[in-house]
Amino acid sequence: MKQQPLVSLKDIKKHFPVGSGLFGKKNHFVKAVDGVSLDIYPGETVGLVGESGCGKSTTGRMVVGLSDPTGGEIYFEGKKLNEYKAKKSLGKNLQMIFQDPYSSLNPRMTVADIIAEPLVLHKVGTASERRKRVDELLERVGLASYHGNRYPIEFSGGQRQRLGIARALALQPKLIVCDEPVSALDVSIQAQILNLLKEIQNDMGLSYLFIAHGIQAVKHISDKIAVMYLGKIIEFANKEELFENPRHPYTKALLSAVPHPDPKMRNRERIILTGDLPSPANPPAGCSFHTRCPVAMEQCKRIDPNLLPTSKQSLTACLLFEDKVAN
Amino acid sequence: MSEKEEPLLEVKDLETFIPTSKGEIKPVNGVSFSINKGEIVALVGESGSGKSVSSLSIMGLNASAIQYSKDSSIAFKGKDLLKLKEKEMRKIRGNEVAMIFQDPMFSLNPVHPIGRQIAESIVLHKKVKYKEALVTALDLLNKVGIPDAKRRLNDYPHQLSGGMRQRVMIAMALACDPQLIIADEPTTALDVTIQAQILNLLRKLQQESGIAILLITHDLGVVAETADRVLVMYCGKIVEEGTVEDIFENPLHPYTRGLLASVPALYGPSKEKLDTIPGVVPNPLELPKGCNFVTRCSYATEKCSQNAPTLLEHPAGNMVACWNALEEEGGIGHYETAASSIT
Amino acid sequence: MSIGTVFKRLMAERLAFFSFIFLMVLVIISIIAPFIVPYDPIEQDLMKVMASPSAQHWLGTDELGRDIFSRLLMGTKSAIQAGLFAILIPLCIGVPMGILSGYLGGVVDDIFMRIVDGIIAIPAILLALGITGALGISLWNAMIAIGIVFTPQFARLARGQTLQIRSEPYVEAAKISGAGAGWIMLKHIIPNIAPPIVVQASFNLSFAILVEASLSFLGMGAQSPQISWGNMIQQAYSMINMNAWMIVYPGLAIILTVLAGNFLGDGLRLALDPKYRKT
Repeated sequence: MKQQPLVSLKDIKKHFPVGSGLFGKKNHFVKAVDGVSLDIYPGETVGLVGESGCGKSTTGRMVVGLSDPTGGEIYFEGKKLNEYKAKKSLGKNLQMIFQDPYSSLNPRMTVADIIAEPLVLHKVGTASERRKRVDELLERVGLASYHGNRYPIEFSGGQRQRLGIARALALQPKLIVCDEPVSALDVSIQAQILNLLKEIQNDMGLSYLFIAHGIQAVKHISDKIAVMYLGKIIEFANKEELFENPRHPYTKALLSAVPHPDPKMRNRERIILTGDLPSPANPPAGCSFHTRCPVAMEQCKRIDPNLLPTSKQSLTACLLFEDKVAN
Repeated sequence: MSEKEEPLLEVKDLETFIPTSKGEIKPVNGVSFSINKGEIVALVGESGSGKSVSSLSIMGLNASAIQYSKDSSIAFKGKDLLKLKEKEMRKIRGNEVAMIFQDPMFSLNPVHPIGRQIAESIVLHKKVKYKEALVTALDLLNKVGIPDAKRRLNDYPHQLSGGMRQRVMIAMALACDPQLIIADEPTTALDVTIQAQILNLLRKLQQESGIAILLITHDLGVVAETADRVLVMYCGKIVEEGTVEDIFENPLHPYTRGLLASVPALYGPSKEKLDTIPGVVPNPLELPKGCNFVTRCSYATEKCSQNAPTLLEHPAGNMVACWNALEEEGGIGHYETAASSIT
Repeated sequence: MSIGTVFKRLMAERLAFFSFIFLMVLVIISIIAPFIVPYDPIEQDLMKVMASPSAQHWLGTDELGRDIFSRLLMGTKSAIQAGLFAILIPLCIGVPMGILSGYLGGVVDDIFMRIVDGIIAIPAILLALGITGALGISLWNAMIAIGIVFTPQFARLARGQTLQIRSEPYVEAAKISGAGAGWIMLKHIIPNIAPPIVVQASFNLSFAILVEASLSFLGMGAQSPQISWGNMIQQAYSMINMNAWMIVYPGLAIILTVLAGNFLGDGLRLALDPKYRKT
């Protein structure tokens, strides 16, 4: 049971400076990510959901090393991420799939060159071996080897997303960060891509950090789900637990806001949040959700709750669940 | 459906062409539907289905490259919008028919405060004094649920969040008491908690003011949540039409079924594998002979690849354009016997 | 798109096709002119001063009895050399500066862009005159001057395009896989910023020819006996009261070349735009 996590985020932060003062002094920060801790184990999928500006994409970018945390530490197989970055061996283990299937492929490279790029950068095999590998990868994602000589413009959105997946798989990484991989696709294509991702995971045993605002897709693919709000994880639980027994008032509201696929359920009781997301440049004091929370208490304005275990398989950051309050 | 009242909007045989060097594209290929007073009709389809071209046709806002066939007609309260001159169209647009877009940032003027923008559009259409119009604008902002509306009147669009901007757009659409609002993906750019607010608002407007809404979307959840009636489009044609209950409980067209099945379930256990519609939407220049869906349909027969089915009423209540759906349960048989009994 | 497809698309544009052929012919003439001229272009024949066009002298002769047709052919050499050399300088200096500026940012960006701002602050013709003045009056120096005048706009164009490309997801994908700055610039940035730069270069080619002619006209470029369309106009200009048509030939040559450069640029812009489809 005491397995080592593949990736471990320890209280990572990303504060972007805004509006530098005179003489370039940075005096104000947007706290895009503000203390996120998360473990991802081999072979599992962790979903990261939240609304725009909650910091879920920034978190994903830090995991693959595209952005450096301004605080905290990321560990991969027990070693600090920086050590991998220094040796340029990060891409062997951590890869990413992007949201926009159009801008994620270089329009001036052939498909074969795009997919082989990670192999070339890591000096894997000879040119003909690489081409063989490209063919295997194309087949793996449901395309054919003759597609290798074409340019990205000749493919549809769904096919391009398959190409992006093939590129991410080239070095047989242990974790792929999927940043909104289906939200730009048509409904019928989304299902194809989700199935493909799941199949690949079953075959290769890799892990996903699946970032999306579409809760249905996250539910479909994830084993565990973390809900983020204004740069923090406010609830982290097993999928079943989260959907059957959401604890945080924000999670409850989020789930209840998702349109129900049965028109007869239209008049069900729903929690409709009032107001907008506060700006991450100026988050509220205390619990960041208290401005919109339907069950906010007086102390929520002062005390920022910690992410604490609320059951064997869930953690919640809400004063309602902190013992001292519950008592 | 009751035939008592004349529909507010009646689109008949709408057919559009775009000539290209490789041949002619028909973004909308023979579409007929109607919208009754106070009804929310959802037009569902994926990219390339022709749903946006259809809605822009109603507003007369299509690019000039798009041509209409001579049989096309769009009757709004009996008047054919396609035959109106631009000047007459402008009177209807914004007055009786208003439109809400996916990204309100494009439709709001970034250099004017929102109060002024709403008031000016009222002045333009209603010929009232600016001061009165500003009062109306304030009422409207309150009506669409903008908190602290009085202060917000002087805000510029960039100072508002996406959800607030969409509310302002709705307020602007309401400015001249339209009878029909065309909402093109009104919540696609919004977060789910904000989407719920906006959908609620649209339903409230329909129930309280009796405004009809044509809701264009690809999101079936939004449809289930909001619409009274549903039109499903594929490759420029309506393939199924029915009440929202019929469409969601008893979809007849394999495309509708595929769409519904491919959405992961939010409630209950997840399936290991999602049902998918295989393949991709065909290139508009190389549409298959016969039924447009034949390349992706697992029930396709020889007949499907030869003849295109038309939208016919199925005994279950839906209108459907599918040979198989019409044949099973005596659908098309019923139709054919009816025809043969006449002869 | 591969270079082959771009070329095919370019040739499908009628104006661009003819412009391309025209410019190619000029390039060939500029190389072989000394071997094909019917007369020595600097040989004076004072017996035949300002002759009208005839079978012997297709375009007639000038005030010193030199064959205008031969001079026009020889002038092509100056024009094409000036044009090519003048865009080679910004391509080799301005574009790399812009790419480095845009990709690396920070101090490099600050230094390069301040240099560029400095050059832009001086009016182009003044700068060209200044540089030729400083380096000495000759056609080559005039071309160096034109090249330097063009450098800032290429640097800015390259920088702007680089800024855009550098945050594209495909560049990020390469970074994740361990690509360094050199790889990214070579494999991702240069191929993707090339199209607008090629278009810009073809517009500037014709502009360079124009500036070369202007400088030569002002006496700051090609020096006699070197022949340039610019100094041909200058000479013809001094004779304009006696023989107005002499100015027409070099003038026409300049106009056609500049037009061809612009049409080619327009054609390239369309041919390189993957969204453009001929209707």
